[in-house]
Amino acid sequence: MVSVRHLSKTYASGHSALKNINLEIARGEIFALLGPNGAGKTTLISIICGLVNASAGEVRVAGHHIVTDYRAARACIGLVPQELATESFETVVDAVSFSRGLFGKAANPAYIEQVLKSLSLWEKRDARIMTLSGGMKRRLLIAKALSHEPEVLFLDEPTAGVDVELRRDMWRLVRGLKAQGTTIILTTHYIEEAEEMADRVGVINRGEIILVEEKAALMRKLGQKQLAIELSAPLAAVPEALSSYHLALSGDGLHLTYSYGVDGAVGEPPIARLLADLSAAGIAFDDLRTAQSSLEDIFVSLVRPQS
Amino acid sequence: MNLQAIRAIYAFEMARTKRTLLQSVVSPVISTSLYFVVFGSAIGARMTQVEHVPYGAFIVPGLMMLTLLTQSISNASFAIYFPRFTGTIYEVLSAPVSPFEIMCGYVGAAATKSVLLGLIILATAALFVPMEVRHPFWMLAFLVLTAVTFSLFGFIIGIWADGFERLQLIPMLIVTPLTFLGGTFYSLDMLPPVWRTVTLFNPVVYLISGFRWSFFGLSDVAVGVSFAMTTGFLLACLLIVSWMFRTGYRLKS
Repeated sequence: MVSVRHLSKTYASGHSALKNINLEIARGEIFALLGPNGAGKTTLISIICGLVNASAGEVRVAGHHIVTDYRAARACIGLVPQELATESFETVVDAVSFSRGLFGKAANPAYIEQVLKSLSLWEKRDARIMTLSGGMKRRLLIAKALSHEPEVLFLDEPTAGVDVELRRDMWRLVRGLKAQGTTIILTTHYIEEAEEMADRVGVINRGEIILVEEKAALMRKLGQKQLAIELSAPLAAVPEALSSYHLALSGDGLHLTYSYGVDGAVGEPPIARLLADLSAAGIAFDDLRTAQSSLEDIFVSLVRPQS
Repeated sequence: MNLQAIRAIYAFEMARTKRTLLQSVVSPVISTSLYFVVFGSAIGARMTQVEHVPYGAFIVPGLMMLTLLTQSISNASFAIYFPRFTGTIYEVLSAPVSPFEIMCGYVGAAATKSVLLGLIILATAALFVPMEVRHPFWMLAFLVLTAVTFSLFGFIIGIWADGFERLQLIPMLIVTPLTFLGGTFYSLDMLPPVWRTVTLFNPVVYLISGFRWSFFGLSDVAVGVSFAMTTGFLLACLLIVSWMFRTGYRLKS
């Protein structure tokens, strides 16, 4: 659906915001682009949407080149920008209808009503935008982006600065759009958001895509599980018989930590054998606790070495 | 051609005029009416006629032109600058709309407002002074041509400006003085020869002269020259707007 090839962007200041980006996004998927501030996420989206000129490379949306066939390419795209850029004095329904008109679509009050209702804005349709709360303005931006029934929706930090309830509403909305076949590309630095919604995750840092992977595969490949064992009596050191497990002993000698792969397929011995070996070594324990690394841990581990 | 988009931008801008009727229409009409009431009665009492035209009527085309120029510039410059200032310009720039269509929407609305204002001022003037329009077609042609040209000029200023001060700079410091010195209140024949020659370097002279000819058949310079000057400025503005969109000047990084 979206094809980015050898895309680079160097601003007039000399700052290289994107370096040889290659990315393919399939129709109907939710793709989360993760990256720290200044990584190049917004620049990439801005180029695809026609707001920033690329220095090199090409982008196609639904097969249409974004420069030579910009009308067809842009007609497929809905953009929700990061900033709350809205008109002030216009009413909600006028602003959304204006957006639809810009994309060359004839007025369709029934569809606009449906969009506003799905975003809980219908009651506010005749309110001036300046009277809306920040959360409502964010919903309005989504309504404007959806007004022309786009095939691809770009959400640039859609839940930045919104409360938990609205964030969950938006996730629900995004899932609904995906169910209708809309391709969704979202940038975020809320890992929770990507973990909750994305089918695939891309990590961008300093203008370079450093990883693109299916979320589940990424979690399996790079995720870690940990078994924390609370001992009944302190140990001075990990017994020689357990050395093959690479156990970590806490400073007070009362906690052992065993790290192993999420899918158990990275060569570590199974937990049952560890527990049996602990018993065999005469080490009693009072409690066990497991924890799984989040996408955030993976993200930090990917970005940190390069930062 | 994305006609829906042109219509959307045009309607959006016209709705803004409707919302700000006092500021957009009533205020300039009252200001201009005050000009011809005050100047017409103050100077008109001493100088009853200029080339057989009552002084009160003589100044009407110039005052219409003053409003037309300032309002065209101000309407169009604000229309494009404000979305840049608030960030909402992203929507227009990411829509399947060509630069020509964007320009048609914004400039068309600004020019429409100016033409309407000009006609309202003319109707108001007719209440105070006896008015005649000897060449109505050419009057409308000059009215529309000037409104479109200066709306384009305003559009350029709106893209160029990086602050509200710059937005006002050219209309306040250049256009208004040139209009006052461009024969709004007098015929160039009334000036000493040296000043007459100097005044001919003022481009607004040609606009006012051509427009006044359409009313009274009187002109300071040949009508063809007036028309050519206005058309030339229009083409220059079109070229600049085209360059701005092609390079993304102040619109895209």
